[in-house]
Amino acid sequence: MASHSSFTTFSDITVMVKRNLLHYKRLPQLIVFTFIQPVMFVLLFAYVFGGAIKNSSTDYIQFLLPGIIVQTVLFGSMMTGVALAQDVAGGMIDRFRSLPMDRSAVLAGRTISEAIRNIFVMVVMVGVGYIIGFRVDHGIINFALGLLLAMLFGFAFSWVSAAIGLAVKNVETAQSAGFVWVFPLAFASSIFVPTATLPKALKIFAEHNPISYTVNVVRALSLGTPVGNNIWYALAWIVGILIIFVPLAVNRYRKIT
Amino acid sequence: MEKHPVTKYIEESKNSGLTNVQIVQALADAGWRTHEILEILLNHNFPQESGPVAPSEAIISVSGVSKTYGKVKALDDVTLQVKRGSITALLGPNGAGKTTLVKILTTLLPPTSGTAEVAGFDVARDAQALRGSIGLAGQSASVDPILTGRENLEMVGRLYHLTKKEAKARAGELLKQFELEEAADRSAKTYSGGMRRRLDLAASLIIKPKMLFLDEPTSGLDPRSRFSMWNVIRELVADGTTLLLTTQYLEEADQLADYIFVIDRGQIIAQGTVDELKRQTGGDVLELHLAKHDDAMRAAEIVAPYGDAKPHADPGSGVVTMSTDKGAAILVEVVRRFDAEGLKLSDVLLRRPSLDDVFMKLTGHTAEENN
Repeated sequence: MASHSSFTTFSDITVMVKRNLLHYKRLPQLIVFTFIQPVMFVLLFAYVFGGAIKNSSTDYIQFLLPGIIVQTVLFGSMMTGVALAQDVAGGMIDRFRSLPMDRSAVLAGRTISEAIRNIFVMVVMVGVGYIIGFRVDHGIINFALGLLLAMLFGFAFSWVSAAIGLAVKNVETAQSAGFVWVFPLAFASSIFVPTATLPKALKIFAEHNPISYTVNVVRALSLGTPVGNNIWYALAWIVGILIIFVPLAVNRYRKIT
Repeated sequence: MEKHPVTKYIEESKNSGLTNVQIVQALADAGWRTHEILEILLNHNFPQESGPVAPSEAIISVSGVSKTYGKVKALDDVTLQVKRGSITALLGPNGAGKTTLVKILTTLLPPTSGTAEVAGFDVARDAQALRGSIGLAGQSASVDPILTGRENLEMVGRLYHLTKKEAKARAGELLKQFELEEAADRSAKTYSGGMRRRLDLAASLIIKPKMLFLDEPTSGLDPRSRFSMWNVIRELVADGTTLLLTTQYLEEADQLADYIFVIDRGQIIAQGTVDELKRQTGGDVLELHLAKHDDAMRAAEIVAPYGDAKPHADPGSGVVTMSTDKGAAILVEVVRRFDAEGLKLSDVLLRRPSLDDVFMKLTGHTAEENN
């Protein structure tokens, strides 16, 4: 019974995903808040900055929405660490660790559930964007591929968040620890403004920021401009983050006290 | 230096599992004088007796396990055996190391040194197989408050790799057994403390484990829930499950356990059946209740020469307690003496020591006190 095949690993992960998604179903407020924040960002940035940055807010929303989508999956990834810290504090992690389940299933189940949630969040954001003038003019397939990249990007950062959440083991700390790295990454990037407008030092940081590469790809696919090398840099970042943070997080999970 | 022949004999006998009483008997039969045997037996550090568990009967076998956090020793060279089919209690105050030991035995924590085996599996080498044959409930594990009782049990069943059908059937059985059927499809967060503990316990029993760990199964429960939890626990053992429970309540250990390990500051400081532990305080306890509470200190002075240990006087309640092995013989004398001194007694009793007395004697503090 305790032997480990890829089948039991898959089954363990499925059970965990189901459990996490049930949480969203039982606690609709969790979903409402994950939707409200990105929708608010779309509206605020489109109308507050839109006029100042470009001539009309209609143009800016075309530029902004891909950025806000990537920002939302990034912010959402912080939930992974918070939820895991909550499971540690409540004793669920000890329960799972005492079971003959795969050592990576709790974490994979969590990060996959976050990715599934992100699909719903992105659909809602695109819907709100559509209402205020966002249009997909350059192929729905291209645009969907952009969203897929955003989802993979969020998945990779969920593992970073998982490693942090398991290290701090406290819900509040996990929350604030998330903001420390997420905010500079999000704002020193091409989410809100083209990196060309930034001062030199910041510009260098912003241009090599994994967020900028990802945003540039999603934006190019949406606006119909050339994707260029951005896609390779974005994928390299995603793979690199996974290579480092998956084993780190699983190791944390094994050794948690 | 050549070893004294008796020393050698004792070492060999200990290794082959003879008890002190058997050893003394055998040596006396061989013509050694009793005081000589006792002197050697008491003055040498022979390996501690590990209790009446033959290796074949042991389901848990812990050998020299220590756990340190930085400079803090949570467990210090713990060696013990738990007999298959028994209810064994780890009794000790908060912070004594009980939960640490349970976490090591359930593979949640690696020991810093030493080895431990549970149900034939080494905690370090065969961790995954070990996890497949044990259950854990109590403060070291939990239920998901958002899921319903049924969903919790089915989830745990699936994670033990039961099929969907098996998990569903087993969850149904356990909900019935633990009287949770009515609440089965409600979120666990709506459950009372007692119901949650029952659900937690049910989750640990999904696979009918050979070995069940209960970490403080009744802490924080009201007396009624605690009482019904005790009944549930007793029934489990009737089904053939071996049970190791931790508790800081002497009454709980007294009520449930066949065998008790007293643990304090990371070390096993005593072990035995409830009766054996009680016997360790020596004889009986004489308890004198003074009519005038202020007389307690004077009463203690008067009674002191009759006892084996210094009497304990509590002027607040006017109660003087003293252990004695002369028991009834001194009772009459003490009462006469008090009469002559003009000290009025409201009550006198001679009782067997409680586990409280034992714990007090062994550790110098009560079990509920923190270190």
